[in-house]
Amino acid sequence: MNKNNISDLMRRFSVPLMFVLICAVCAPVSGLSPSYLANEIVTRMGRNAFLILSLLIPIMAGMGLNFSMTLGAMAGEIGLILVCDWQIVGIPGMILAMIISVPISALLGLFCGKVLNMAKGREMITSYIISFFINGIYQLVVLYMMGPIIPIKHTSIKLPRGYGIRNTVSLLSMRQKLDNLIPLTIAGIKIPVATFIVVFFLCLVIVWFRKTKLGQDMRAVGQDMEVARDAGIDVERTRIISMVLSTVFAGIGMIIYLQNMGNIATYSSHSQIGMFCIAALLVGGASVDKASIGNVFLGIILFHTMFIVAPKAGTVITGDSMIGEYFRVFVSYAVITVALIMYETNKRRDKSKAGKQLALEQEAANE
Amino acid sequence: MSEKTQENSLKGRIQGFVKTFGLPRLIITGFLILLLIVAPFVGADLPTQISNIINRFSWNGILVLAMVPMVHSGCGLNFGLPLGIISGLLGATMSIEFGFTGSMSFFMAALLATPFALVFGSVYGWLLNKIKGGEMMIATYVGFSSVSLMCMMWLLLPYHSPNMVWGMAGKGLRTTISLEGYYTQALANILQINIGNLSIPTGAILFFAILAFAMWAFLHTKTGTAMTAVGSNPDFARSAGINVDRIRLISVVMSTWLAAIGILVYEQGFGFIQLYMAPFYMALPAVSAILIGGATVNKATITNVIVGTILFQGIVTMTPTVMNNMIHLDMSEVIRIIVSNGMILYALTRKTEGTK
Repeated sequence: MNKNNISDLMRRFSVPLMFVLICAVCAPVSGLSPSYLANEIVTRMGRNAFLILSLLIPIMAGMGLNFSMTLGAMAGEIGLILVCDWQIVGIPGMILAMIISVPISALLGLFCGKVLNMAKGREMITSYIISFFINGIYQLVVLYMMGPIIPIKHTSIKLPRGYGIRNTVSLLSMRQKLDNLIPLTIAGIKIPVATFIVVFFLCLVIVWFRKTKLGQDMRAVGQDMEVARDAGIDVERTRIISMVLSTVFAGIGMIIYLQNMGNIATYSSHSQIGMFCIAALLVGGASVDKASIGNVFLGIILFHTMFIVAPKAGTVITGDSMIGEYFRVFVSYAVITVALIMYETNKRRDKSKAGKQLALEQEAANE
Repeated sequence: MSEKTQENSLKGRIQGFVKTFGLPRLIITGFLILLLIVAPFVGADLPTQISNIINRFSWNGILVLAMVPMVHSGCGLNFGLPLGIISGLLGATMSIEFGFTGSMSFFMAALLATPFALVFGSVYGWLLNKIKGGEMMIATYVGFSSVSLMCMMWLLLPYHSPNMVWGMAGKGLRTTISLEGYYTQALANILQINIGNLSIPTGAILFFAILAFAMWAFLHTKTGTAMTAVGSNPDFARSAGINVDRIRLISVVMSTWLAAIGILVYEQGFGFIQLYMAPFYMALPAVSAILIGGATVNKATITNVIVGTILFQGIVTMTPTVMNNMIHLDMSEVIRIIVSNGMILYALTRKTEGTK
């Protein structure tokens, strides 16, 4: 039994361990100073934590990795674009952008939840395609409707042809306003205190949410939909709520992410965000059906250390800067692939184990 | 049979046709017909448009055909198509590296791609047998991982042909490689028919027809029937003495090989080899094309392939010209994204038996 536990533990932490190894090899080779690394990781922690935390709720409800968190990201971007046009700066601008993004995210989350309820058992591939589909609609809105239908005044964010939004929208007026709200520097490392407070607050909300009636229902649905239904839980509604919450959090997370970056890449900011967030969460030791807040933070540290050092290390080793770039993209995809394979094989093993157990019990009963 | 029941059955057949054909497909077909009608009025040359559609059909047909075996064996839609495409790219680049030119390079590329497709396909099929039920998501990510792995490989593999590597460094393949002097239009030029503005790449279409016929014939052999049985009910197939895993493996290898050949045919039409991130999203157009043609997640026929490719490519080629001529506004890219992904979404949300 004990041995079993150790091998179980090894399997669960194999991905984080592998990453510790990669980072341990690449970090010295890259020649980056420890203080630079620490600074970068703290910045990226503030930038990404909120987004990654938004993935936890659908996992709790048994809906797997929410590839459609990009929907929330798009809603956040729309909010920011509008606020930019209205020239509301600083923290009030951010808050207004959040207020605008929430109903859009909620609506998109509702749509996503409804569609996913029609595709039970293949939520992940469906949510993945939804993100592409909505990306098409997003482009339709931002590229063609902003201008003639949704009024946009300022030419600095409009395309020269008179409608549609430029490829990059500068957020100079909001850049790192939240991060620098409470300035603090320890040993040369700049710490975005206010951002961390917001993230900490979301962690508290998630911990509290798990204990509420709705949170309990969600976990029951995640465990077994049929049992939950028999216990009188409205499975469909619970699943939709989990998607709505996740999308809304993702929208707010995207606004925090972009205020740190300082500009919006209108047509590409959101497209990769889902993949990198999911990869980071999985690197932290989460699986498709189990993830905790600890996984989020461990994942950010490991994944982003790899992300920073890999291109430099690649350049040093092979003399070609592109190798490292491609390497980190490959690793992101490979991590997700491995996690998905492990999840499916485990599911099958559990199923056959349960089958064997049932057969044994029946044999015993027959005797 | 009396006349009345015949009439009833005709009416029922029309209703049944609409039901099986599906509303989204009707809309798409209607849209394409509308585009074809509008085209001459807004100043687009119809014969050019039609030969565009036929050309693009000949480029993409085989990539769409590659979906069929895996759908039949119950592995779902092959989102892992990029894996097969990579085998094709390896064959193509090696054929050029070894100094083959002209039409011979196409033949050699297909020959060299085959062992890669068989090996990759076998590993991929073995993997998909381990994770029955979650094929589509994992297939997607197997495709992504292999494309990003190959991005590194294109830089590192020892290619030297001056037509393919970066001029300055002398190593590492370029992102696009021209096929001029190699196999550009290798198939299309065979028996090509030109009437005014209308040109038909007979060779490429014949090549597709041969493969499609071979696929049709295969599905009627013993192994082919077994494949359909595995797809419609694995438990029943197993109790009938069919080795389910082996059949599924065969279907995956077939699909991967067809993808490899498919990308070569695509390149001979297009005239360029595209490397690095280019194969990344190539699965999605093929998937949505077969779905537009009337296939579902677990049922697909050769007719679906032909109809779907014509409809999908028709919309892709017609929308930009018609839209541009009509309102000077090119929304084709957005329309393409919404239509193709909307179609996949529609298919995924249909209740289907057998895939659980």
